[in-house]
Amino acid sequence: MDEFTPRIVAFCCSNCAAAAATIADGLQHVLPENVKIIQVPCTGRIEVLHLLKPFEEGADGVYVAGCQEDSCRYTSGISKAARRVAHVQKILEEIAIEPERIAVFNVSAGMGHAFTEIAREMTRKVREIGPIQA
Amino acid sequence: MIIAEAKPNSELLEMVSDCSKVLVVGCKGCVTVCNVGGAKEVGVLAATLKIARRRQGRTIAVDEVTLERQCDPEYVDEIKDRIGDYDAVISIACGVGPQFLSERYPSARVFPGVNTKFMGGAVAHGVWEERCAGCGQCVIHNFGGICPIARCSKSLQNGPCGGSDHGKCEISKDVDCIWDVIVRKMMSQGRLDELLKFRPPKSWTTSRDGGPRKMIREELRI
Repeated sequence: MDEFTPRIVAFCCSNCAAAAATIADGLQHVLPENVKIIQVPCTGRIEVLHLLKPFEEGADGVYVAGCQEDSCRYTSGISKAARRVAHVQKILEEIAIEPERIAVFNVSAGMGHAFTEIAREMTRKVREIGPIQA
Repeated sequence: MIIAEAKPNSELLEMVSDCSKVLVVGCKGCVTVCNVGGAKEVGVLAATLKIARRRQGRTIAVDEVTLERQCDPEYVDEIKDRIGDYDAVISIACGVGPQFLSERYPSARVFPGVNTKFMGGAVAHGVWEERCAGCGQCVIHNFGGICPIARCSKSLQNGPCGGSDHGKCEISKDVDCIWDVIVRKMMSQGRLDELLKFRPPKSWTTSRDGGPRKMIREELRI
């Protein structure tokens, strides 16, 4: 049987995660092809609907990669994003979908290795959970 | 404004379990301001329903519309040409909205998407508090501009009860004893003696005790 490859959408902060992605690229740490990146100026702008749309369009997992809590470029962007991710987790639970399909990660600009490792970790986790559709 | 909160999505899913085409109707009035029933929330609910159906291996068509207000017939009329296309309508306005839709469109199956909570205001982002009980005869000027009917757990109008504890109500440490607040405010204004004035018992006939309420203003009728 073919191994399930989850489709994952990652919302990435352009101040930290994007810089980490550049470093990852320099280190030749390749991002898994199943992870699609959406770069945003600040994760604080991501709303609940933005996080739900990928699931509606066929994604199996979503994550937000933003600044560290204590060094957010816009002070509280990542904290707001974390609260919205928590809200989406509640929505998913209410409709009998595993809340672990969405997560938030904190990265700094220098964490090139971590950036790709997060994508692999999320892929592993969602692969374990399985596809959304029954 | 009227404050409402979203019903659990599991409850809404059950309501429309046998439907394949649904219209979600928002309202640009109070529920938009309290972030529960405006255009954004219409989008969130529509997406949620579609994701839930995807989980079930079924599909559902969900259309979205947000009316100027659902408590005025002229705006409710705006969906008259399309409402017949749907198996169900979910209104995420306050409790008035789904009733106006039901009355205007007798053959439509209309479901309420939110629970209407109270009349109040935002004291901080994401935090709302009750301020008015809609008793129909405002008396807040007698109490330093603070309503003991809406804000005292027992709606007492003649002072605090024995449950007042260091400025907090016995129901919760998070709830102010509003009589403590009233007395302190009247003291600060040097008007404490006004609380001692004799006032006849409040008539509750203007409140719900008088049955469903209706108001007619002849000067506005056409």
